[in-house]
Amino acid sequence: MTDAVLATHAESPPAAAHQSLTAKTRRRRVLAYLQAAPMAFVFLVFFVVPLALTLMVSFWEYNEYEIIPAFTLQNYVDVFEGCTATTDLCTTVRTYLSTLKFCALTWAFTLVIGFTVAYFVAFHVRSKTMQMVLFLVCTIPFWTSNVIRMISWIPLLGRNGLVNDTLQGMGLISRPIEGLLYSDFSVVLAFVHLNTVFMIVPIFNSMARIDRALIEAAYDAGATGWQTLWNVVVPLAKPGIAIGSIFVVTLVMGDFVTVGVMGGQQIASVGKVIQVQMSALQLPAAAANAIVLLGAVMLMIVAMTRLIDLRKEL
Amino acid sequence: MTTTIKLSRRTLLQGAGATGLALGAGPITGFPNVIAAEPVTLRYLGTAVNQSGDIARKVKEDLGITIEYIPVVTDEVTKRVITQPNSFDIVDTEFFSLKKLIPSGNIQGMDARRIKQADNITPVFTKGEVGGRKIGDQGTAPKKVFYLEGQTGKTFAGSATEWITLIPTTYNADTLGIRPDLIKRPITSWKELLNPEFKGKAAILNIPSIGIMDAAMVIEATGDYTYPDKGNMTKAEIDRTIKLLIEAKRAGQFRAFWQDFNESVNLMASGETVIQSMWSPAVTKVRSQGVACTYQPLKEGYRAWATGFGLPKTLTGRKLDAAYDFINWFLSGWAGAYLNRQGYYSAVLDTAKTQMEPYEWAYWMEGKPAAQDIKGPDGGVLEKAGAIRDGGSFETRMGGVACWNAVMDENTYMVRKWNEFIAA
Repeated sequence: MTDAVLATHAESPPAAAHQSLTAKTRRRRVLAYLQAAPMAFVFLVFFVVPLALTLMVSFWEYNEYEIIPAFTLQNYVDVFEGCTATTDLCTTVRTYLSTLKFCALTWAFTLVIGFTVAYFVAFHVRSKTMQMVLFLVCTIPFWTSNVIRMISWIPLLGRNGLVNDTLQGMGLISRPIEGLLYSDFSVVLAFVHLNTVFMIVPIFNSMARIDRALIEAAYDAGATGWQTLWNVVVPLAKPGIAIGSIFVVTLVMGDFVTVGVMGGQQIASVGKVIQVQMSALQLPAAAANAIVLLGAVMLMIVAMTRLIDLRKEL
Repeated sequence: MTTTIKLSRRTLLQGAGATGLALGAGPITGFPNVIAAEPVTLRYLGTAVNQSGDIARKVKEDLGITIEYIPVVTDEVTKRVITQPNSFDIVDTEFFSLKKLIPSGNIQGMDARRIKQADNITPVFTKGEVGGRKIGDQGTAPKKVFYLEGQTGKTFAGSATEWITLIPTTYNADTLGIRPDLIKRPITSWKELLNPEFKGKAAILNIPSIGIMDAAMVIEATGDYTYPDKGNMTKAEIDRTIKLLIEAKRAGQFRAFWQDFNESVNLMASGETVIQSMWSPAVTKVRSQGVACTYQPLKEGYRAWATGFGLPKTLTGRKLDAAYDFINWFLSGWAGAYLNRQGYYSAVLDTAKTQMEPYEWAYWMEGKPAAQDIKGPDGGVLEKAGAIRDGGSFETRMGGVACWNAVMDENTYMVRKWNEFIAA
């Protein structure tokens, strides 16, 4: 680009060339800003402003029926109440550990399943049409609301549910397995069910763009199937994995509905704590919790992007 | 052509006059203001449980007022009143919420002189009595928050004034629901809720202010501690109560905590739980599915609740008149009978009685065996002839109230401890 510009102005004195160059760049830059403006505006109104308000309210005082503009750190002190004690974990740490556990488990399962499904569709299905059909099939469950998809597990997993009845009927167990429903198991199951597609889509997208010649070259060079997978496919699918992981991690971190319904409201999640405080009209306390959660999720995403430089890979 | 118009005008006026006389409302013309002018629409904020299409239809028929329901959950009602006081014209809310609503200044006192049945509202609300006997008043008992010092006052009056906070719509005495077919022995005490015998088969509500009171009923039943006021605990009492709940939870006592009506029905009907805190219509619903379920009266008494109509401070003019007309209509019998038939109690019992069959009244209110099949508002059979209502008559049930749903002074601390309990 620069060469071309320089070439056309080769005849003019160098100073003039420099001047017209900056004028052009400036115009182009203004245009770029204009193009980015609508998105920036949307971000400002629906993201930056609400976030700034949340941050502000988290320092306010409150009582049963109003929030009072002031500056207090009490809400944050309350969030970490008891966390200095060494004998017992405080509520916040306990809650975060529980949420992180679900995060890690869901991430691991969705990654394995998502990667496998995407790999199958991208490399084992030959025809483009068939690929698209199968890809769309993956999204069919998402035509219903996620609450319904979640609740439909309950009659299946309950004490007198389909699974327990079948197992008992086959004589495999003598008494119902209680842990199928309202347990960590059912929560993870629902999370994996709800979120796997968020892994499949970006990983499939990355895989679809892998040059098939690279895989042939790997085979020609004598690599085994696993070696090709590990040394060629996985590194090239990394951006998809990273994007999928960010989706899954942020969704699980902020969730309170799935944990609530599938955990029988007995399992803590950060989102649930915020929701309980909101319904008790303790908005500043909820805001403080939300800011802490935001910080935690941002740290996780920074860590993930450290591992994979998304900008470079895309 | 002219004749037709005259005729129809006259017919209309006659009709309006008749209705106006029947209602006796409208200070000057004798017509209720709502009918004299354009039809009025009232935006009715409340929980879905109290918002029945039948009532809206009947009001439209009798008064010409259109009721537009805004159904939200209990906490959301409170939030709306405080944060968006202009988004509704009449609110149906819990009495315990008043401790938040009145100080916010968004609710106006209702003029008792404009409520025709004001003097006939059951003494449960006005004096805290049933049949001349004092009933339990721990927690936010309605009599503590029934009157205001002034129309726009922010303090509750100690004795009767002409400014009423809420006109009662429904109230009831809550207890535990059980599955007699699965428990197979009599249950008589709140302490059974945490009896290890029902490990993994018990549930409580996940509404902190109510759940903690059920736990307090259990603690008192075991004799460990007697609260001066279960509905207004000190921090130490909250700690003690939550500690017990945490121990029970860690021991695996609870199958789940429920948050809404249908969750409680499903838990019980599917056999996930055999004993849990429950609401009366939820028990009825389980029974209507053909599953045995008893709303078990317990010797320590009931935890009662009450809801009522309130008016936003900003309501004026025709809408205000329409709201008073609607409330007067609500207390005049039809709606009361409708609610009594669902197992709730209505504010003015005498007017409701006139709209119920004697056998219905005997079953629902007097605790007598049903002389014939008892039908619900939809015409379906609720109970076969010969059945007796759980807990007996109105006087026995409401007379057995031990405490009322409440907002504690230490509510903020309690919510924080509740989150600790959920996380444990």
